[in-house]
Amino acid sequence: MSHQTDTLERVIIKFAGDSGDGMQLTGTQFTNTAALFGNDISTFPDFPAEIRAPQGTLAGVSGYQLHFGSTNIYSPGDRCDVLVVMNAAALKANLKQLKKGGIIIANTEGFDAKNLRLANIAEQDNPLENGSLEPYKVIRIDVTKMTRSALNDSGLGTKEIDRSKNMFVLGFLYWMYNRTLDNSIKFLEEKFSKKPDILNANIKILKAGYHYGDTTETMTPRFVVNPAKMKPGVYRNIMGNQATAMGLIAASQKSGLELFLGSYPITPASDILHELAKYKSFGVKTFQAEDEIAAICSTIGAAFGGSLGVTTSSGPGIALKGEAIGLSVMLEIPLVVINVQRGGPSTGLPTKTEQSDLMQAMYGRNGEAPMPVIAASSPADCFDTVYEACRIAVEFMTPVMFLSDGYVANGAEPWRFPKSSDLKPISVEFAKAKNGGDKYLPYKRDEKLSRPWAVPGTPGLEHRIGGIEKQHETGNISYDPENHEFMVHMREAKVEKIADFIPDQTIDSGPSKGKLLVLGWGSTYGSIKTALIDAHAKGYDVAHAQIRHLKPFPKNLGEILYNYDKVLIPEMNNGQLVRIIRDKYMIPAIAFNKIQGMPFTAGEIFEKIEQVLSEK
Amino acid sequence: MSTVEPNPSMTTFTSKELVTDQDVRWCPGCGDYSILKQVQTVMPELGIPRENIVFVSGIGCSSRFPYYMETFGMHSIHGRATAIASGLKAARPDLSVWIVSGDGDSMSIGGNHFIHLLRRNFDVNLLVFNNEIYGLTKGQYSPTSEEGKVTKSTPFGSVDHPFNPSALALGADSTFVSRSMDRDPVHLKEILRRAHKHKGTSFVEIYQNCNVFNDGAFEIFTDKETKKIETLFVEHGKPLVFGQNGEKGIKLDGFKPVVVDMASHSANDLWIHDETDRLKASMLSRFFDNPRKGGEHLPRPFGVFYVEDRPCYEDGMKTQIESIITSKGSGDLDKLLRGRDVWEIQ
Repeated sequence: MSHQTDTLERVIIKFAGDSGDGMQLTGTQFTNTAALFGNDISTFPDFPAEIRAPQGTLAGVSGYQLHFGSTNIYSPGDRCDVLVVMNAAALKANLKQLKKGGIIIANTEGFDAKNLRLANIAEQDNPLENGSLEPYKVIRIDVTKMTRSALNDSGLGTKEIDRSKNMFVLGFLYWMYNRTLDNSIKFLEEKFSKKPDILNANIKILKAGYHYGDTTETMTPRFVVNPAKMKPGVYRNIMGNQATAMGLIAASQKSGLELFLGSYPITPASDILHELAKYKSFGVKTFQAEDEIAAICSTIGAAFGGSLGVTTSSGPGIALKGEAIGLSVMLEIPLVVINVQRGGPSTGLPTKTEQSDLMQAMYGRNGEAPMPVIAASSPADCFDTVYEACRIAVEFMTPVMFLSDGYVANGAEPWRFPKSSDLKPISVEFAKAKNGGDKYLPYKRDEKLSRPWAVPGTPGLEHRIGGIEKQHETGNISYDPENHEFMVHMREAKVEKIADFIPDQTIDSGPSKGKLLVLGWGSTYGSIKTALIDAHAKGYDVAHAQIRHLKPFPKNLGEILYNYDKVLIPEMNNGQLVRIIRDKYMIPAIAFNKIQGMPFTAGEIFEKIEQVLSEK
Repeated sequence: MSTVEPNPSMTTFTSKELVTDQDVRWCPGCGDYSILKQVQTVMPELGIPRENIVFVSGIGCSSRFPYYMETFGMHSIHGRATAIASGLKAARPDLSVWIVSGDGDSMSIGGNHFIHLLRRNFDVNLLVFNNEIYGLTKGQYSPTSEEGKVTKSTPFGSVDHPFNPSALALGADSTFVSRSMDRDPVHLKEILRRAHKHKGTSFVEIYQNCNVFNDGAFEIFTDKETKKIETLFVEHGKPLVFGQNGEKGIKLDGFKPVVVDMASHSANDLWIHDETDRLKASMLSRFFDNPRKGGEHLPRPFGVFYVEDRPCYEDGMKTQIESIITSKGSGDLDKLLRGRDVWEIQ
């Protein structure tokens, strides 16, 4: 038996099926195996808001896109090379994302009369039969039938048997890409350690899928994707929310502060709560509050008591927390507010990604209420960025808004994880002595304009703080007009002062002066980076900078912006950073917006770069 | 009754040392003054180091309270003191946490946090100054104002049905439900001591007169002329007796409480107050007739209605962490960062 085996640099696979088909698990398994093999990876799960939308319908299609390769990978990729579809709806919803000439792996049972009807396709138009898939290579497999016959003597019911059909697909893909089954078998052994019959069934089907490739489909090509030449070091695979949770634990350990998380479940932020709830051995206190407001208020209470206080949410929850965030601005108490952004407004698109809460982070409170804002650019970057958010919060006595989004939160990539000893220290000192003669002045400031943190239990430092305007230094209630203006300026100056303690803005790629700068923030990093590689290959004069610190901006940002003829700002919103940049630096920055609940593709950014460069 | 006696030997500071350098800004004649005085009097007896005491308040007249207590304190935002205190106590079980709130703050805008605090049973004290009116916003009806109440926001009378705070607290599984009043300093001090002694959330409703916007709301319970007939001070293990000279009693006729004449009844016939009886506490909380409507009605009870010993949230949280650390050892950051599956690039 001979199979043609090609070596590829990079491959994009999209797994699509019903939300009950286990596509997320299949995708994650393939991802882990690819990562352990040494490929660079980037993933993008794309699932419906409903837990189980009606089976077989377009609304119920759940997808998982994986980009892996032997070169550096910065985004989940644009169009896929391989599309796995478990039913007709999955094909209909995803076909436009498949490259011409790409491979379709179709579960034929998912194209029966019932499934076609559910996908609103007339029976005579069955795409597997009407020739419409001519431009692609279609591999038809009756996964359901083969799974059932392989397990007919397993003693399991049809429902349970059908649940393992995703393993058949996984096994087949492992065969196609010359991967071993070891990692997934190990995973299954742990997952079903208490259910031996289910375990055996899954392993049997995984192997059946693999052998199916070997024995029957002699015309199916096989591929080799070699390990990537990444920076030397030890790597693991990490998802954004997971990295965020670890960054918080790391900050707690390095600062010596107990970690307190007050949270209320909300998509797509809940996984941070789930992760942290597991790590009680680090002394983490997770409090699932009765609502978003109690989540942040309990955190404020814990921070007052001397904890590293963190609250996690998404846009609608941040809106509810607004008043309490304002209180923490007034109290000047350390707090990390995490917004894993999703499509808005209102309930919006809970499972889709968007960057539309930047203005909310910057200005979404009553009164003049400045707070530092910081954004993560990739799944692994969530670790460093949230660690930095914690450092700023406790060293400057301020709430900090950490922005992530559904894309980085659920996406995964390899992470060259740090050693704990390599992490920058976080220095915290609680006030121990009176600082104003025989009095304690809670709002007396140091050279950073930060105030002391005196926690209850410290004799002689009894004091009151609150949401009413405070008198400079004493913190007593003050309605004095001049004092109010002074304090408003002081709170702004304090936040701006942080710019003295953050790194300068760097150019990610491209010349330090030139025709065009593509300026991104947050999760657009990978798509812009990939577009720039293509643009540089064509010799275009374009550079890329990605902002992590959005408030305050790095001190040299203006200088960088003025070095380019044009500045293009791609954002997954209707133009938010672009307005802030225009306002602060008075330049005609060009907005480039996508508001489809989906990340930019590198191709979209590349085309925009070409267009902007060709315009006078 | 398990009276908590004052214990001067435990004093580490005086009442005077609890007075701050801030002017008290309540309206002259406000019931809050008396409550502040009783709290400042009782505090030194409790044996808590002053630096371990924290007062947390929300918004409203009562919520200015922390500014007048030389302890740690936070004057927060409307309705949220209960949530802030929950986080504080979870993080710092060693502190003595006192929440000061009002009827609007705790039962209207903060209603959600109020019930959840009670069910979780953090070991904190919740003092609700109930004046049946919004004072700080200058006189709108509150969630405890009686039906038909004429206020600025209800010029033709309120059509809102009021909350019964004790019944609400019992409904939320509160482990300590009590009521006192600003004009009975001796009783209020006793209830404050009991509240402190109780391990769990101690709900203390304090009838407080707003002499500007709702003057005399509780006069019928506080005035010398009517107090003895209209109120019922309950004590654990004692019969329910009231009246000018204890001439009236309450007995249970099946599940129905009835007022009886002590001339024709003995104490043995009467309902004996049992703080640990949830069912009876629930009935007691329903002694909620509006005496101003006249006619036959039950007196308004004061005292500790219900006490239950139930584990506190912060202890459960702490125990869980400790037991996990005992069985699995303290977390190792490097191990966490490394995870289970790694690969090396040379």
